[in-house]
Amino acid sequence: MSRIAQAFADKKAFIGFITGGDGGIQASVDNILAMERAGASLVEIGIPFSDPVAEGPIIQQANIRALDKDIKTEDMFTIVEQVRKVSQIALVFLTYANPVYAYGYDRFFARCKQVGVDGIIIPDIPFEESEEIASYCERYGVDQILLVSPTSKQRIQAVAKKSRGFVYLVSSLGVTGTRDNITTDLDTIIKQIKQVTSVPVAIGFGIHAKQQVHDYAKIADGVIVGSAIVKLCEQHPVGANQAIYEYVNDLVSAI
Amino acid sequence: MNNGRYGDHGGQYIPETLMNEIHQLTDFYETMKDDETFKKELMTLLNEYAGRPSLLYEAKRMSKDLGGAKVYLKREDLNHTGSHKINNVLGQVLLAKKMGKTRVIAETGAGQHGVATATAAALMDMECEIFMGEEDTIRQALNVYRMELLGAKVHPVTTGTKTLKDAVNETMREWASRMDDTHYVLGSVMGPHPFPMMVRDFQAIISQEMKEQVLEKEGRLPKAIIACVGGGSNAMGSFYNFIDDEDVALIGCEAAGKGIDSTLHAATITSNSPKGIFHGMKSYFCQDEVGQIAPVYSISAGLDYPGIGPEHAHLHDVGRATYVAISDDEAVDAFHYLSRIEGIIPAIESSHAIAYAMKLAPTLSKEDSIIVTLSGRGDKDVAAIARYKGVDLHE
Repeated sequence: MSRIAQAFADKKAFIGFITGGDGGIQASVDNILAMERAGASLVEIGIPFSDPVAEGPIIQQANIRALDKDIKTEDMFTIVEQVRKVSQIALVFLTYANPVYAYGYDRFFARCKQVGVDGIIIPDIPFEESEEIASYCERYGVDQILLVSPTSKQRIQAVAKKSRGFVYLVSSLGVTGTRDNITTDLDTIIKQIKQVTSVPVAIGFGIHAKQQVHDYAKIADGVIVGSAIVKLCEQHPVGANQAIYEYVNDLVSAI
Repeated sequence: MNNGRYGDHGGQYIPETLMNEIHQLTDFYETMKDDETFKKELMTLLNEYAGRPSLLYEAKRMSKDLGGAKVYLKREDLNHTGSHKINNVLGQVLLAKKMGKTRVIAETGAGQHGVATATAAALMDMECEIFMGEEDTIRQALNVYRMELLGAKVHPVTTGTKTLKDAVNETMREWASRMDDTHYVLGSVMGPHPFPMMVRDFQAIISQEMKEQVLEKEGRLPKAIIACVGGGSNAMGSFYNFIDDEDVALIGCEAAGKGIDSTLHAATITSNSPKGIFHGMKSYFCQDEVGQIAPVYSISAGLDYPGIGPEHAHLHDVGRATYVAISDDEAVDAFHYLSRIEGIIPAIESSHAIAYAMKLAPTLSKEDSIIVTLSGRGDKDVAAIARYKGVDLHE
C-alpha cells in the first residue's frame, strides 16, 4: 500500500499544508513533524513560486517570505530527505508548472522518487494538459493528484478518473484562503466522483475552523487545511511548530 | 489545432475552476466568429465608433531624412481611445454581451487596454473593473482617472512587482472567484487558448487593412512590417495577414530597457529567455534558473511584461519573424524624432518600433517601402518623458 493510500486507510485523513522553506528549511521539517505528531496523516509542501495565481494573500505572502530567503526548488528535496529520516508520513508537493518545467520533468520526478515524495498537485496543469507530466509521474511512481472544483460540472468524472492518490476537491470558487461560509453542494460532487473512482476525496480551500473540519470529514475522506496553518508560520517566525501542533491537534479532534 | 498550440507553445495551463468557462468561451467564439450578424455588428462598431479603417500614412519627411525606404505609418493611434487596443476590446466586450455577461474585468499595463475596456463597457452598458499594477497607476495616473471617468473601478495591484504581470495574476484570481456574470477581457495575444487566437483575430484587421492600403499606394508589398512587442497584440495583428508573404520581413521590437545584458529589460526573445509555462500558456519567459518569473523593466509600461504570446514564440522558432531589442534611450530618441519630423507624438511603446525603422530604412533602397505600426498615441507619455529628461512639469 502506498503512503498516500495508507493516509486514508481506515480513517478520515487530516491534510496539512505549509509553504516549503517558509521560516527556513529546518522550520519546515519541524512543522511537518509537528503536524504528524498532532495527527495529520498527509502533508502538502508548497514549492515557492513567484506568481502563485491560485493562492490567496496568506500563501502568496509565504511564497514571498521563502523566496526572499533564497529558498530554491532543490531545498524542497532537502526538506523531504530530512523528514524521511524519521517519518513515513505521506508527503506531496503542491506547486506551479514553471518551477517543475525549469527543473526538468525527468530530473524532478526522479528526485521525488529518490527522496520519497508520494504525489504532486499542480493547479495550472489541469486535466486537459495532464499528459504534460503523466508519463514522468508514472515512471517514477509519483501520484498525479488532480483538482475538481464546483465549476467542473460535466468534467467531474473524467477528471476524477484520471486522478491518482486522491482527488482534491476545491470547496469554493476563487483562490486559497480562509472562509467562513462555503455554500457549494459538495455532497453531490462527491457522489459523482465515487461513481467512477475508488481513490479517496479530500476537500480543501477555505477550511480553518473545527466545525468545518467536522462537517467535511463526514462527507469526504479527508480535509485539507492550508492558509490557516501558513498564517501561524507568519505569526511565529521562530518556533511555529508548537502553535501548529496545538492548532492541528485541536482540528484533528473534530474529525 | 490541439488546445490552441503554436508548435509546442500555447495550451491551456489554468486552474480547474476556470476550465469550463474557458471551454464555453472557446466554443462560443468559434460559433460567433463566422456568424454574419456578429461580424456585421463588430464591423459597424469598428467603423462607426472606433474610426476604422485607420490611415496608412506615408511619412515623407521621415523617409527623406532617413534616406532609404519609404516609411509608412499604420495609424492605430488615431483610433478612438488612442491605440490598437480598441480593436480587441470591442470584439471581446460584444462577445461577452452576447454570452450574457454583465461585467467585464481586465488587466492593464500602460492603461491603454484599461481605458479601451472601460470605454467599451460604458458603450455596451457593462460593469467594469480594471486591475493595474500600483507602480503603473503612478506612472500613468492620467489613465487611471480616465478609466474612472468612464465608470470603471480601478484596483491598484500591490502584489509582486506591482506591474503588468501582477495585474494579470490579480485579474485571473478575480475571474476564478466570479465567472458566472464576468468575462475577462485579456488585452494581449497571451494567456490560455482561446485568448491568443481570439485577440489575434480581432487585431488582424490591422494587417488586413494594411495590405489593401499598401497595394493601392505602392502596387506591391512592403519589405518589412515593424511593430513593438510586449505580449504582442499589435505586432500579431500587424503580421498576421503577411505570414504567407515570405518576402515581407516581420520584425517585432522588444523593450531592452537599460540593455539586454542588464537585469533591467523586458526583452523575452532577444535575451534568449528559456521556455516556460506561465499565465496559462507555454512560451518564452524571462525567468531565473529555477523558474521564478523575473521582475522586468521598461520605460514603457505597455511592454513591461516577462513573456511573449505563444504565436510569436512559434514565429520565432520557425524563423518567420525576427525580434530585435530597442533600449529606453533609443525609444525616447524616436519619440522625439517622430514628434519633430512628422508632428506625430507616438506612444512610448510604439516608439520602440519607430526606433528600429530609423535603423532599417537607411539600409534599404528608395524603391522599397516599410510599414511601422504606430500602435498608440503618446499623449499619455508626455509627463513620463519629461521626467526622463529631467524636466519639471506642473500640470
